[in-house]
Amino acid sequence: MTGSPTGPRSVRGSSGTPWLYLAPALVVLGGLLVYPVYQLGLISFLEYTQAQVSGGEPTSFKGFGNYAELFGDGEFWRVLLATVVFAAACVVSTLAVGCALAVLLTRVRALPRLALMLAGLGAWATPAVTGSTVWLLLFDPDFGPVNRMLGLGDHSWTYGRYSAFLLVLLEVVWCSFPFVMVTVYAGIRAVPAEVLEAAALDGASQWRIWRSVLAPMLRPILVVVTIQSVIWDFKVFTQIYVMTNGGGIAGQNLVLNVYAYQKAFASSQYSLGSAIGVVMLLILLAVTLVYLRLLRRQGEEL
Amino acid sequence: MNLPSVRVRRPWRLAAEASALLIAVVVAFPLYWMVLSAFKPAGEIESSRPRPWTAAPTLDSFRRVFGQQEFGRYFLNSLLVAGTVVIASALIAFLAATAVTRFRFRFRTTLLIMFLVAQMVPVEALTIPLFFLMRDFGQLNTLGSLILPHIAFSLPFAIWMLRGFVKAVPEALEEAAYIDGASRSRFLWQILFPLVFPGLVATSVFSFISTWNDFLFAKSFIISDTSQSTLPMALLVFYKPDDPDWGGVMAASTVMTIPVLVFFVLVQRRLVSGLGGAVKD
Repeated sequence: MTGSPTGPRSVRGSSGTPWLYLAPALVVLGGLLVYPVYQLGLISFLEYTQAQVSGGEPTSFKGFGNYAELFGDGEFWRVLLATVVFAAACVVSTLAVGCALAVLLTRVRALPRLALMLAGLGAWATPAVTGSTVWLLLFDPDFGPVNRMLGLGDHSWTYGRYSAFLLVLLEVVWCSFPFVMVTVYAGIRAVPAEVLEAAALDGASQWRIWRSVLAPMLRPILVVVTIQSVIWDFKVFTQIYVMTNGGGIAGQNLVLNVYAYQKAFASSQYSLGSAIGVVMLLILLAVTLVYLRLLRRQGEEL
Repeated sequence: MNLPSVRVRRPWRLAAEASALLIAVVVAFPLYWMVLSAFKPAGEIESSRPRPWTAAPTLDSFRRVFGQQEFGRYFLNSLLVAGTVVIASALIAFLAATAVTRFRFRFRTTLLIMFLVAQMVPVEALTIPLFFLMRDFGQLNTLGSLILPHIAFSLPFAIWMLRGFVKAVPEALEEAAYIDGASRSRFLWQILFPLVFPGLVATSVFSFISTWNDFLFAKSFIISDTSQSTLPMALLVFYKPDDPDWGGVMAASTVMTIPVLVFFVLVQRRLVSGLGGAVKD
């Protein structure tokens, strides 16, 4: 952040060269990211429904009307709460499983390590739509092997609100823990062996080594995987949409993302959908600011 | 092996290895069940006593999948979209990462922060304005409506990740190249590019997966011309919530998962070192 020179000063070439290199990226990002974000904000202040889309009625400015309507709706708060709790549960479970397995990977010989690594990569590589349908089949009340193994008869996992969320959570953790596992494992491998041996010689327990030696050294990596997980899990869409069939019975499994989609594309309330999008954007922006502060405290130079 | 594995006592290590294998089996089980169900005859899938093997494997489900409308076409569409996005975003990100790591200029830090912030933008929320943008430019129902946004959404993360790789190339190399009379573009494409290539591979995994998996854009932008559909949409043809054709869904899922698995296996080694490199930096 301090701007101390790390790269070579451009000795040759004019000061325009970096902008030349940046031009394609800036054009694409400007047109397809910045402009849509601006549009999103704009639509959220307008009256914009099917009538305006088809040109039947002129668009009119509504000010904070859409937000007032949104915040006055009990369903919005219920969905917001569900989103936060669900994302938090996903993040915590993913990190716990990922870190535990990363440590386990360092304790075993090559063959079991390879087996776990490959299984993890397989889960990671599975497309979200595919993963969702496979997990639905596994937990299917009639034909699924899980109910059969657990002796649950024809218990339906997607019927109850919490069991449906639990099912989606399991799928999300399944396909996102490998990223954490592989990254943290790569980080642990980079810790010098002498440090760990010294700690072990001093009689530190495994837990103590993890807490007092590894965790602080891995902090930058843990910050990265935590933030990535927060961002991904806060925005879960496909799993909820496919596994709970668009948000569950009477919308009991809606999260913000799916809620915005349903408002916009199912009931043509584009401005309300956009307002929900803006709320999501602001929440994630807050997360980003925390992330930037953490980076800065670590003294990372951008 | 960096950890003092000698210190882990034998029974403990055996227990650890047993649990690692057990967990590997559990993690791989859904994929096994997917492939298994794709090969099971219909009667065995829809049985209340599911068995973890099949005595009579059959290709019926796959025949049904490929017989459906234009499954092969959807597959090619998906490949085309993902391939274009991977190549375009890798090239654009490489140039941008070079600019922000090997040059000093005004607004450089601001730009970097912008790239970071851009990663947080919930893509899904932008579906609404992007829908209108694509409509106004007549891009609805075209593969372009999927390619362009995915390039944009892959870029920030790719630039952020490539930074570390570009930085790792010693400056002395750049100076030596210039002293030897290489032009800037010659250095860029013939020296820097090959050196950064492993990083590009690691980065492209992320853009490939997010594009290949995309479901929301395909669902929202390809609304009437099904010949422009991609695999996720084709898969859901078989999945009717009330009466899913499990065999068809699992066969389509298998077909859809294989290219990603192949891609992963190909880049596996570079991915692990790439991630390590990116986070260390």
